[in-house]
Amino acid sequence: MEKRIRVLVAKPGLDGHDRGAKVVARALRDAGFEVIYTGLRQTPELITEAALQEDVNVIALSLLSGAHNTIFPKVLELMKAKKMDDVLLIGGGVIPDADIPGLKAAGVAEVFTPGTPTSDIIEFIKANVK
Amino acid sequence: MDIVQELLAGSPRALSRAITAIENEYEEAFSIMQKLYPHTGKAHVIGITGPPGAGKSTLTDKLAKKYRENGKTVGIIAVDPTSPFSGGAILGDRIRMNELTMDPGVFIRSMGTRGSLGGLSLKTSDAAKIMDAAGKEIIFIETVGVGQSEVDIVKAADTTIVVLVPGLGDDIQAIKAGILEIGDLFVINKADRDGVERLNTELEMMLDLNQNKVKWRPAVNRTIASRGVGIDELMEKIEEHRTYLQESGELALRRTQRTRDELLALLEEQISRRVTEKMRASGELDFLVASIEQRRQDPYSVVAALLDAYLI
Repeated sequence: MEKRIRVLVAKPGLDGHDRGAKVVARALRDAGFEVIYTGLRQTPELITEAALQEDVNVIALSLLSGAHNTIFPKVLELMKAKKMDDVLLIGGGVIPDADIPGLKAAGVAEVFTPGTPTSDIIEFIKANVK
Repeated sequence: MDIVQELLAGSPRALSRAITAIENEYEEAFSIMQKLYPHTGKAHVIGITGPPGAGKSTLTDKLAKKYRENGKTVGIIAVDPTSPFSGGAILGDRIRMNELTMDPGVFIRSMGTRGSLGGLSLKTSDAAKIMDAAGKEIIFIETVGVGQSEVDIVKAADTTIVVLVPGLGDDIQAIKAGILEIGDLFVINKADRDGVERLNTELEMMLDLNQNKVKWRPAVNRTIASRGVGIDELMEKIEEHRTYLQESGELALRRTQRTRDELLALLEEQISRRVTEKMRASGELDFLVASIEQRRQDPYSVVAALLDAYLI
């Protein structure tokens, strides 16, 4: 059996709706990925621990609250501590263009802002998954 | 240290990686299972099955917490359906179990069915064995939301719990063959809804008609899992069933049967794999297919000849 790409889709922080995350989850499912969906209001600790237990290839975070500059580095730090160096971290949601270079420099593989076709996300994952 | 030693030493990452290896049938999967097998057979495996939306995940979450309070380590395998069209899946059972994620005494793994139709995936039993070897004392296997005939869980679990909710059908549903035959325990969840008395009566009547389960009469339990109602009582019943299995010798019987089934399935799988690999590599497969298609040979004689060639 060929390797099946597993993606954890999570919503860290306090913002209260996950329509965007669900649309992405559904698109990834239709692309043949196994999507582990953990729901709203997750802590970075919980996200990385779930990702470890599920042995995912990708962690995809959806953030609308403006907390991205705090949460992404925290998740990266925990991933490093758990030696999850072969896991891709990507993000999406309401993230100002000006913040994206900083997030990428910190280790976020890619950031997808509103209006991105889901096919771009799928292609990115297929091309970059380790 | 290799993955097996790390797993036996308690590394969650090694546990996680081992499950991936068997699920994706990586080359090392066979040797991982070989080395882990002597460490299996200790856990009590509890199957949770029932229709979609009956509350299986919430019930599993509450029962797992209860076992944790009693000092037991817990493994949970939550199975959700794989799309037959894309091969993808949304595995969403963890949503109800988030509080357990940070407990180091609990390990949760979601699995897609990947084409298997019995309510589990082909590798679910192996995943449970891996958790068993990793020292999890209680292992919950939550099936996909089942209809009537997905009953593979009985082959994997020591205690099977069928979860139902009021209002799904009339009393003839309760006497049909299928999932209602496999329960060691029954749960009516969402028991604050209308129709609970009727469902309870129907289940009791159905159970009274069972001729073949004379030694263990499954109990019907009521729960409201979202509020934690009835969980203590359900856990007591599970423990009662576990004691019954041990004292009656039923556990030994079931495990003998399971060992036999697993051995035969593994043998079948490996014979088929080895023979097909050789046929593919030599080009014999394409040659034989063409010759059968042109009616120069028939498939029955071809298979007989192949078995003579490869197995004797």
